[in-house]
Amino acid sequence: MTGAYAGFVNSAVGTKLAAQLGLPRPVRLRRYAADAPLVEGPVLVAGLADAPVAEHVRTLLSDEGVEVVDAVPAGSRLGAVVLDLTTVTEPGDLDLVRVVLAPAVKALRASGRVVVVGADPASATSVAQAASRRALEGITRSVGKELRFGATANLVLVAEGAEANTDAAVRFLLSGRSAYVDAQVVRVGPGTPAEPADWALPLAGKVAVVTGAARGIGASIADVLARDGAHVVCVDIPAAGESLARTANRVGGTALQVDVTAADAGQRILDATGRHGGLDVVVHNAGITRDKLLANMDESRWDSVLDVNLGSILRMNEVLLGENGIRDGGHVVLVSSIAGIAGNRGQTNYAASKAGVIGLVDALSVDADLVRRGISVNAVAPGFIETEMTAKVPFATREVGRLLNSLSQGGLPVDVAETIAWFSQDANAGVTGNVVRVCGQSLLGA
Amino acid sequence: MAASAKPRRAAVIGGNRIPFARANSTYAKASNQDMLTASLEGLVARFGLAGEPVGEVTAGAVLKHSRDFNLTRESVLGSSLAPTTPAYDVQQACGTGLEATVLVANKIALGQVESGIAGGTDTASDAPIAVNEGLRETLLALNRAKTPGQRLKAVARLRPGQVVPEIPRNVEPRTGLSMGEHMAQTAAHWGVTREAQDELAVQSHRNLAAAYDRGFFDDLLTPYLGLTRDQNLRADSSVDKLAKLKPVFGRGDGATMTAANSTPLTDGASVVLLGSDEWAAERGLPVLAHLVDAQTAAVDYVTGHEGLLMAPAYALPHLLERQGMKLQDFDLVEIHEAFAATVLCTLAAWESESFCRDRLGLDAPIGALDRTRLNVNGSSLAAGHPFAATGGRIVASLAKSLEERGSGARGLISICAAGGQGVMAILEAA
Repeated sequence: MTGAYAGFVNSAVGTKLAAQLGLPRPVRLRRYAADAPLVEGPVLVAGLADAPVAEHVRTLLSDEGVEVVDAVPAGSRLGAVVLDLTTVTEPGDLDLVRVVLAPAVKALRASGRVVVVGADPASATSVAQAASRRALEGITRSVGKELRFGATANLVLVAEGAEANTDAAVRFLLSGRSAYVDAQVVRVGPGTPAEPADWALPLAGKVAVVTGAARGIGASIADVLARDGAHVVCVDIPAAGESLARTANRVGGTALQVDVTAADAGQRILDATGRHGGLDVVVHNAGITRDKLLANMDESRWDSVLDVNLGSILRMNEVLLGENGIRDGGHVVLVSSIAGIAGNRGQTNYAASKAGVIGLVDALSVDADLVRRGISVNAVAPGFIETEMTAKVPFATREVGRLLNSLSQGGLPVDVAETIAWFSQDANAGVTGNVVRVCGQSLLGA
Repeated sequence: MAASAKPRRAAVIGGNRIPFARANSTYAKASNQDMLTASLEGLVARFGLAGEPVGEVTAGAVLKHSRDFNLTRESVLGSSLAPTTPAYDVQQACGTGLEATVLVANKIALGQVESGIAGGTDTASDAPIAVNEGLRETLLALNRAKTPGQRLKAVARLRPGQVVPEIPRNVEPRTGLSMGEHMAQTAAHWGVTREAQDELAVQSHRNLAAAYDRGFFDDLLTPYLGLTRDQNLRADSSVDKLAKLKPVFGRGDGATMTAANSTPLTDGASVVLLGSDEWAAERGLPVLAHLVDAQTAAVDYVTGHEGLLMAPAYALPHLLERQGMKLQDFDLVEIHEAFAATVLCTLAAWESESFCRDRLGLDAPIGALDRTRLNVNGSSLAAGHPFAATGGRIVASLAKSLEERGSGARGLISICAAGGQGVMAILEAA
């Protein structure tokens, strides 16, 4: 957690003043640590009717040695609440949310979690059911705004028959890996998730490619993928080779100096993965900004941003997703941006490319060939992330960007990387076509 | 060794270097160890060797501080290679990098190691400066002194002139002549013209610039301290521009050697990854080429019998005879451009019937070289020449060029060195 405001409200005087004035008080978020439990404290698991997902959640929590409770235990604080509402059929069913969550939220620890599980409104069999299912989104997003001290609320929407595919999503949302993911809707569909031999190494034996890996978010992605067990081929432009080598050596991976906009970039990346026996994960992270108001936007700013952030991905995918490319059951992860959802002044070119990425995810995730091959395609959309790039934003704009979200702070590159690593898990194969914002429930584009 | 047990050939897997910088510029504060470590780090990253040991690392520097007695091992310890990787230093003036490659390759060929890294580094900026010889003797005498009287006697030998330090000079100790002056004598002997030298220099810059433009160095080079290309490279170099420069070596009207057709003092480092075919295959690493043969030679330049930098001319016939080859059989030839005149004198010598007969003992001249096969991706006149780093630069670049030409393509490397020495090697595309 950084920033002038965060420093002030966490000082002796600042803490008192912030409490009196009701100012937002950012706390240090619970993040992944090798020796930390999945959740700290007991988890309340509840559900409506036969609550088919709740049973899976209870099992996975027991496997992790986490205490499962049916009600708020006296004198104890909860680590998380999981509420299975997949069986809601009419608005009257929603009252259970109030009944369960009201006392639970009060008893929630710092960096606690609320995970609501519902069914996809699109597959509802009645209007009342569709309305009730959709209501869960409004509830979750509002709870996200009410929670304090780094706690988050997220919604998992399960497709018909995919109840058993929710483990990886629930684990992620309960864990410190999802620290900056707040008020998001994760859709879990069919697919054939494969549980890892060791949940501590969910990417063991996998070969991943990360573009733009020399520094910033890309370097963090390489770190987290390698931590989770993958061999990472780190790609960046030749001019960034010195930082790229540092990343690659730190993660025990390989450095490949290639400009993603080169005509043969896809083939060169594929060749580089050949020596590791194949390609399982592609993370298209490379991106640039060349900001200018549209009225003053020149051709080179426009073209370079569109080509690096979008055109190059389309070209590389021809090879990387081809028959000799990524293995069946592999994962493609793209990096969109909150600017691609909400738009941003001075970023028509950037927003075009990042919105384009979402369109690309939409199309590829239903591509018949990729679906047949079991390849998932998802994107993250980072909000305000503390990087070298955001450090250059003017002071006032930067502080506002940090504070305009439910967690009252900027995210870290590792937060984006954690979400990408989760999209890269075979255990998460039921999740495709998702765009998950890593934004702490930013008010922008919400 | 039994005649049947033919040694295997060492594979050149790839290489890495940092861009070469002009002396007292971007790398002015980088030490030999810094640069060699940076080159190793880029190589380790390129081939995914972090945390792994290799059989050995062999490298060296020509201008070396006394503190760098274990330069290569210290660089290994500062790199991401496993700390269990042994290392040793070699030094053969400008032949250091190529000699190191031959040493590692020979150990691989004999099965003494399965893999190794050869290289070299040199800084003309962060040069070792020693205390004046008189001061050194006085200080050593003071160190040996046991009684106050002896100490006083030693201190009494201090003289004001002794504060002048010893700065390394590019001079042959036995002749007192700089390498450039030696070369100027040889150039005059062979009648090498100013125009021919300038043309060669321009071609070197053009070839290097073209290689950069086509991305040839993308997997041969890792940027360092903000430098992404060789600092000496002048893509817009032309014979007209070079013609305006005043000669810096030689005397009078016959002086032909300028700052542009001589290599500048340079800082940089390079390394080459070698291994057995099996070692490479186990790791899925590419084999670009194999080291086929190597030969060193030395000439008597002290008496003036031969030019200081002409030793490679003498090494070649041995290689050709052993390999049953002609010079013209090589697909590519790399002759280190210490000076443009070095290359031109060497080529002229090979074309000379009398030189080949009287000096090399051959029945017929070695003959002319198709110049389109010479230094096709530029050489030291454009890239610069950090002495010990040149060998590694050439080995890796040539191996890649041969691989591009296809299996079986052969290339020759020729590097002249101070002390009247020369190192040559033959690579063959895998």
